[in-house]
Parts: sequence; structure tokens; C-alpha cells
Amino acid sequence: MLTYVLRRLLGAVPTMFVIVTIAFFMIRLAPGGPFDLERPLDPLIMQNLERAYNFDKPLWQQYFIYLGNLAQGDLGPSFTRRDFSVVDLFRVGLPVSIQIGSLSMLIALVFGTLLGALAALRQNSWVDYMVVGTATFGITIPTFVIAPLLSLLFGVLMGWLPAGGWGTWKHMILPVVTLSLPQIAVVARLTRGATIEALRSNHVRTARAYGLPTRIVVGVHALRAAMLPVVSYLGPAAASLLTGSVVVETIFGIPGIGRYFVQGALGRDYTLVMGTVVVIALFVIVFNLIVDILYAWLDPRVRYD
Amino acid sequence: MTEHVFSEQPQAEAIAVTASRSLWQDAWLRLRRNRAAVASAIVLLLLALAGIFGPSLVPHRYDEIFPQYVRVPASLEAYPREDRIVPDFQRSLERARITIGEVELDGSTIRADISDNEPIDPRITRYIDRSDLFDNSRLEDADGNALSETATSGVMVADVQRVRFLFGTDANGRDLLARVLIGIRISLAIGLLASFMALALGVTYGAVAGYFGGRIDNVMMRVVDVLYSLPFIFFVILLVVFFGRSFVLIFIAIGFTEWLDMARIARGQTLTIKRQEYVQAAEAMGVSSAGILKRHIIPNTLGPVVVFVTLLVPKAILLESLLSFLGLGVQEPLTSLGLLIAEGASNMRGAIWLLLYPAVTLTVILFALNFLGDGLRDALDPKER
Repeated sequence: MLTYVLRRLLGAVPTMFVIVTIAFFMIRLAPGGPFDLERPLDPLIMQNLERAYNFDKPLWQQYFIYLGNLAQGDLGPSFTRRDFSVVDLFRVGLPVSIQIGSLSMLIALVFGTLLGALAALRQNSWVDYMVVGTATFGITIPTFVIAPLLSLLFGVLMGWLPAGGWGTWKHMILPVVTLSLPQIAVVARLTRGATIEALRSNHVRTARAYGLPTRIVVGVHALRAAMLPVVSYLGPAAASLLTGSVVVETIFGIPGIGRYFVQGALGRDYTLVMGTVVVIALFVIVFNLIVDILYAWLDPRVRYD
Repeated sequence: MTEHVFSEQPQAEAIAVTASRSLWQDAWLRLRRNRAAVASAIVLLLLALAGIFGPSLVPHRYDEIFPQYVRVPASLEAYPREDRIVPDFQRSLERARITIGEVELDGSTIRADISDNEPIDPRITRYIDRSDLFDNSRLEDADGNALSETATSGVMVADVQRVRFLFGTDANGRDLLARVLIGIRISLAIGLLASFMALALGVTYGAVAGYFGGRIDNVMMRVVDVLYSLPFIFFVILLVVFFGRSFVLIFIAIGFTEWLDMARIARGQTLTIKRQEYVQAAEAMGVSSAGILKRHIIPNTLGPVVVFVTLLVPKAILLESLLSFLGLGVQEPLTSLGLLIAEGASNMRGAIWLLLYPAVTLTVILFALNFLGDGLRDALDPKER
């Protein structure tokens, strides 16, 4: 197992390298620069700025400088938020994004599996139709439509919750609900399908034949098998939570890394964009690894040698 | 030899006529039985027609600004409101510094008795025309003829300009209906073009990787894996930043991010197809690799790929809307549904319709495309059921 984890982590190094390279050259070759202001800067100041940030060196040299700094964990200074390094910004933004993301993931898992299992147990009843119908809605309607509608309904019309901003637990409710709704829908659909299949399988029939109570047959034997597709969905789910966080953080004005990325890309804040790409790619790689390990733990037939 | 072929052909045709239905006919029958898919197809057809012809049928252009009517709510009634016409007319007339008598509104024309100590200057009609509510203002005498230059009293007549905003107007005073229609056009166009782009790129890439196999396949698929691990939203934002924000480049950027699944499917298909006898026959006859790919491999991968494309279109539309929503998509005054939703979201206090109409339109499009895609998949791929 340990060798498998190590091999996977080593395998991630070239992947990271390619991602960093693609992102670096794409953002650097894009038209515009971080110092393009409405009123052009004095040429002398511009020259000094360019020298300070190594922009006067050829691009390939800057690339190696960046790689060298990256290897030491230095993501460089931010260009649009002066006086802050990218690491400083992430120290503030990353906990916020992770808080929202993990909470949404947790809610999605709990409610999604519950609803899905419920629908599977009462297949073709009104409960089932309700769950499947709602799930279709949840999957189809995009986050950036749900978010303003929720904000309008609960924030503006009813006035129960703040329509945006960050600070108290009340500020977290709408973003977390927005992020988790589509995930609940997907998880519910996956669980429903897998549970229906699991309930028909041999080991569940055997458990029933032994006279085990339904609670244990469903809760232990059927659901454990049914969790497999859900677990393998967690990797893509983490990625789509990050995607969603870009939207949700922009709409609700939350100071997380998703918003940094959009602002950074618009303002050509090279280091901030690169930093976000690095952090997110790392996150996805690690998450996929965790999912694979979980998978082996849940299904002993899966072996990693 | 030739005789043999000639004698075979009519027979084969006769069999085809009486024989069972083809794959596509069978799929068509199955699709027609799926009510949700048929309804979705009709809705999509209507939306497509609205997107194609709508913008030229509605009375206002999507970038036409009505400064008088900023953020007016959606309504079936025409603007200006009845109770606003007379006061506005009076206010405009007062600038002419003449005595104003009775003002009377009759349908779409408004008339006011006016008089003055001196002969009435015909140029005072400009005060009326300057207002966007009225046009074609003229001076008449009591009988409806043009007023003589020496008359000291007469009637000021003007036509009331009535405009309807079925969906209301936005924060700049533009007709939301026209903007939603142009948004439908842009969204559908980008969705289709981006999917086509992804189709062309993914199928070619996957077919080449699968056909050549070995080390080439390894390297090519490794590239796909790497691109996969980069969350697509970041990738597409980088692409949009790199390409700039024109209409054409947006769909190329979206196509560039959505071809990965397509490449995998096409590769899988190719691996089975390349072992078929007809491919071996073509190889034995010395057909070039490019020729085999073009003539045999790619056309035969299209079946499963087409199913995937129908589900790709809503994804592409969603992605475009998302980009526009974040301010990275199409540029003002051109608009798309995502951009309209973004504008609606920032104006939702007091102008709910700005959010609701585009949001509902986008949702309907996505629903219809998803149902149609599911229906097509069920129809074309009976294994899935």
C-alpha cells in the first residue's frame, strides 16, 4: 500500500510539471500585462518595475526562475494586491474556500446518500419520483442561476440571511446550499441506482436469508456496496466544488481562492493565477489518490500491487 | 466477374426493402415514443427559431437605448403610461413660453390649444420633438389645416410614441426581450460550434492515438490524462485570457476543453475497429494510414460519439454562460444568457425581471437539451436501457 501511494505521488510530479508549464506560458503569452493601467506609467517607472520583477529577462529564463522559486514553496509576490505575496493571500483565502467546500461535500454526501437510499427502498413510489425529479432539476440548473435566485429569495425578499459577504455562520448558509444542491442531486442519483442493484445482489439475499433485520441488511450490506460509485464520484465532485466555488465566491463576494483566480486572470496577476493553478492541481491530485485508497478499503477485490 | 456483380445488386436491394429496419430508423422510432424527448425537440426547435428570426422580428434592436425607460418592469401595456403623457406634454410645451389651454389625448395623438400675444413661432415644435415620447409634432388651426404664420392661437398636435417592453428594460434602458433573443442565438450558436469543435478535435485525436497504438498512444493519452487533472474551469479561463474575448475564440476555447472525453471514447472505438477485417483488407491493399483513418476508422466511431455530442451541447452552453457570467465571455453590447443573468444578479434589488427572464430561458434550454440527449442515447444505444 505504502509503495502504491509513493508511486502515485511520484507519478504526480510530471503531471504537475506539465500543468505548471502550460499555465505559465499561456498566461504569460496572453496579451496585456499587470501594469497596464488606464493611464500609462512613466516609461522609467515601467522599466524599474520590469527589472524588479525580472520581466526584462527572456521568458524562458523567467520560467526557470519561477520553477526554482516554486520548488522552494515561494509563489512570488502578487501584482494586483501590492504588499501581499501570493502565499499570504492563500493563507487567508484557502481556509475560506476549504471551509465552504468541505462543508458542502459533507452535506452532499449525507443528504445525497440518504435521499438516494430512501428512493431505492421505495422504488417507483412517490418518494422515488420526488427524489429523481428533484435530482434532475438539481443537475440541470447551473450554480450561477441558483446562487442569485437564492440570494434574491432569502437575502433580499425575505431578509432572513445576508445576501453576500463573509464573516458569521449566517454568511455561509447560502453559499454552502448553492454549492451542495447539485452535488446532492448527483450523489442521490448514484446512490439510488447502486442501491437498487445491491438490493438484488446475492450477498444481500444471503443476509436476508440468515434472518438479519432489514436495518442491518440495508445499512451494512447493501449500502456498503452501493457506496462504491459514490466514492469514485468524489474525485470529480471535488473538482466541481472548486469550479462552483469560483462562481459562488464571485456572486456572494467571499474572499476565497476562486475569486482570486478570476480577478487574477482579468488583471493579469501572473503569480496569483499560477499559484491558484498549482494549489488546485495539487488538491485534485491528492483527492484522486484518497479516493483510490478509499476504494480499495471499501471493496477488497480492488488491489494495488 | 462484372456479370456476377450486376446480378447481385438488384437482389440485395430487394432484400433491403423488405428486411428489418436500419439502425437509424429503429432509433428514430424509439425516439418518437419518448414523449419528454419529443417535447424537448419541439421546444428546442421553437427556441432556435426564436434565436434565428426573433431579433429581427422584435421592434427594438438589442443595443437600442431608451433613456426614458431605464429598468421599467415587464408588462403587456405600452409605454408611456396614460397618466404620464399629458403632464409630460405640458412640461415640454411650457418651455415654449406660450399660453396653454386644454390638453386632450385621443388614442395615439395628443393636442393642446395654445395662444400667444404675438404670432406663434413654428419652431416651437422642436420643444416637443426633443422629448422621446412624442414625434411628428405640428401646428394646426381649428380645422386641422397647417397654421398660418400670422395666427396668434392654434393647436399643437403630436403623435405619442408607444413602445412595448414585454420583458421590461435593463439598467441601460435596452429592451430585455430583444436581448434575451440575441442571447438565445449566441448561446445556441456557441454551444453547437464548440461541440463541433470538440467533436472534430477529439475524434481525430482519439482515432490517431488508437490506430497507431504503442508508444504514440501512450504519450497521446498521457497528455489527455494530464489535461484532465487540471480543473476545466481554470483551463478555459486561461484559454479565454490567452485568446482574447471574441465570439469565435470563445467557442474554440470551450471546444479545446471539452474534447478530452471525446478523445477517450473515439480511442476505445478505434481499438476495436482496427482489428476488423475491412481495415486489414485496406492495409493489405496498401492504403495509407491517413486514408484508412479517414475512410474507415473515423466514420465508424461516429455512432457512440454522436450520442455523446448531444450531451456535450448543453455542457458547452453552460460553460459559455459561466464565462460570460464571470465577465470573460462575449462583450457588450452583444450579450449572451450568462451575461444577462450576471446583469440581472447585480440588479435584482428592485428589478427582479432582469434576473428571472434570462435565468428561466437558460434553464429551459438546458432541460430540453438534456432530455433530448438522454432520449437520443436511449434510442441509439439500446444496451444502456
